Amino acid sequence: MLPIVQLLILANAATQEMKNINLAVVDFDNSKTSRELINAFVNSPFYTIIPVKQSVNSAMDKVHNSQADAILVIEDDFEEKIVKSENVELQLLVNAINGTAASLINGYTSSIVAGYSAKIGIQNVEQFKPAIATKVRHWYNPELNYKLYMVPGILVILVTVVGMFLTALNIVREKELGTIEQINVTPIKRYQFIVGKLIPFWIIALFELAFGLLIARLVFNLTIAGSIPLLFGFASIYLLVALSGGLILSTAADNQQQVMFMSYFFMILFILMSGLFTSTESMPQWAQLFNKINPLYYFMDVNRMVILKGSNFADIKVQFGFISILALLTLTWAVLRYRKTSS
Amino acid sequence: MVQNRFRDFLVKEFKHIIRDPRTLLIVILMPVLQLIIFGYVVSNEISDARIAIYDKSNDYLSQKLTQKLAASGYFLPVRNIKTDAEIDQAFKAGDVKLVIVYEPNFAENFIRNNKADVQIITDASEPNTASILANYAQAVITTFTNEQNNNGISANRLDIRSRMLYNEELKAVYMFVPGTMVLILMLITAMMTSISITREKELGTMEILLVSPLRPSQIIFGKVLPYISLAFFNTIIILLMGYTVFGLPLRGSLALLLLVCFIFILLALSLGILISTLSKTQAIAMFMSMFALMLPTILLSGFIFPIDNMPKVLQWLSLAMPPRWFLSALKTIMIKGEGFAYVWKEIAIMLGMTAFFLALSVKKFKVRLE
Repeated sequence: MLPIVQLLILANAATQEMKNINLAVVDFDNSKTSRELINAFVNSPFYTIIPVKQSVNSAMDKVHNSQADAILVIEDDFEEKIVKSENVELQLLVNAINGTAASLINGYTSSIVAGYSAKIGIQNVEQFKPAIATKVRHWYNPELNYKLYMVPGILVILVTVVGMFLTALNIVREKELGTIEQINVTPIKRYQFIVGKLIPFWIIALFELAFGLLIARLVFNLTIAGSIPLLFGFASIYLLVALSGGLILSTAADNQQQVMFMSYFFMILFILMSGLFTSTESMPQWAQLFNKINPLYYFMDVNRMVILKGSNFADIKVQFGFISILALLTLTWAVLRYRKTSS
Repeated sequence: MVQNRFRDFLVKEFKHIIRDPRTLLIVILMPVLQLIIFGYVVSNEISDARIAIYDKSNDYLSQKLTQKLAASGYFLPVRNIKTDAEIDQAFKAGDVKLVIVYEPNFAENFIRNNKADVQIITDASEPNTASILANYAQAVITTFTNEQNNNGISANRLDIRSRMLYNEELKAVYMFVPGTMVLILMLITAMMTSISITREKELGTMEILLVSPLRPSQIIFGKVLPYISLAFFNTIIILLMGYTVFGLPLRGSLALLLLVCFIFILLALSLGILISTLSKTQAIAMFMSMFALMLPTILLSGFIFPIDNMPKVLQWLSLAMPPRWFLSALKTIMIKGEGFAYVWKEIAIMLGMTAFFLALSVKKFKVRLE
């Protein structure tokens, strides 16, 4: 149940769209024209105007205590200059601790001011010059809904956490309680033990994925554009890597605290490198090289490709190849690492 | 006597940690590694995005514009497309992020009809990248149009002069150093302590400790003190690295900053203790810390995603997230350089939360012993 709550919260929280910008306007002009400009912001769904006294300092105070994200300063000769068709300059002060948000705020504000200046008909000579008209179309996600992007990514993390952590913890727990010795004295073969340990978690994780996709469908209206068997085929190979990873970690640890800590360490590393929030292509070369052995990177990629774009097998065959090699390597490693005799 | 016993117990707990070099190594490496990843890998800047060109016109003007796009540094034309169906194929294979489509007779339309059409098609399965790339492309095309018209800036216009406060160069370090601090402190203090205490319960050694002459408060205190020192040690590493390697300023008072860190460590500890009283096994403690603390606190604290953009319900929920107040205080002191007057609210809230969690765990702890 908890993973589903996670999915719902995370998908809603993880958004980088700016929907609510708190703008403090210091209007020294206080004229009809300046109020018209302010109205352009009032009418925008993205802005909330924060009332401030007519002083830059009192507006700065609002930024200091985080009540305002940005300050727009309108000089007292604003209307006069517009009437005389002179160049007018507005000042915008943005809280830039979060650089991404700051550049978005800057962009939005500029476009509203540009829209206003077009409306009041500041002479635009360029109208009579040839122009290149651009039309932008966003495929696969026309409304640029960030949730649709995040949900497949979060599913990857949930499935991995469940698979890898549960396996690792389960085996270390047996070690801690001493029951693993009892298994070790039975005539069970190494690979039998490992297969027996992996299969239940493998099924649980796949079930988790199916359940997550169902919830995503019901709540976020996320339809799977591609083939479902393909998605699950890839997921099941990927899970072999994740589960063997958990197994390898469990052989290296003596107690649950250690194994938890190690899993957490590798999870954070792999998740952040995998391109959960940011495009992997803009990462430095060494990071891209590292991603060649990052199973999460492949699953993150494939999950989004198949779910959102409907990519088919031919499109993801490279990822398929890599993940299969990784699965083979980690499984072998896990079998080799596991010893029936305790040191 | 009692003092000595407590000291011995404390020494034992410290030894537990030091005798486990693997964990110790991870504890020390983790913040360094995280800072490096956040500092160098996770960034929103996009350069050399792979694009495809679908040139139905293939005349001098469309070629010139393609060159202009390539020279901008944002785009890397890697593929020429000949049919509509190929666009979908290129996106599905993940070859390109954006396709530029020139209409037929591009140059002719530009000169004769004063209007030539370009279509920018993005792969919006990555919405942020898509909208950033589309903006870049439009900006390049606008500049290109102006150059073609040989006209610089029109006679009069309404301009915006922007100033970025606190962080002129829009460096991401201002976000990720405080964020890493929260992650690490939460991990070491809340998660580690909850698991280490639950471990004694699960293995049955807690009862042995409880019948020893040590008071329960001493046991808990002895358990958490090593983690407090570790957490404080890591705080110093992160601050030093942020300051020296990444050039993060420290504009406010260092003493106040350390005080806030210390209060947050106490807060995280009280959470860890509460979790340990609630869970019977280490696995449960771990999952509680992992799912109930780590992920939501990373996401709901405003570390990566601005709180203001979330739905109202989540904004309220974030008010109950301890890291939110810590982050806010950290940024106010370090980056804005304000004093106590601007962070007293955060400090009061954190202290209040600590008291609340402690009171709750004391109550739960007693219930379990009866």
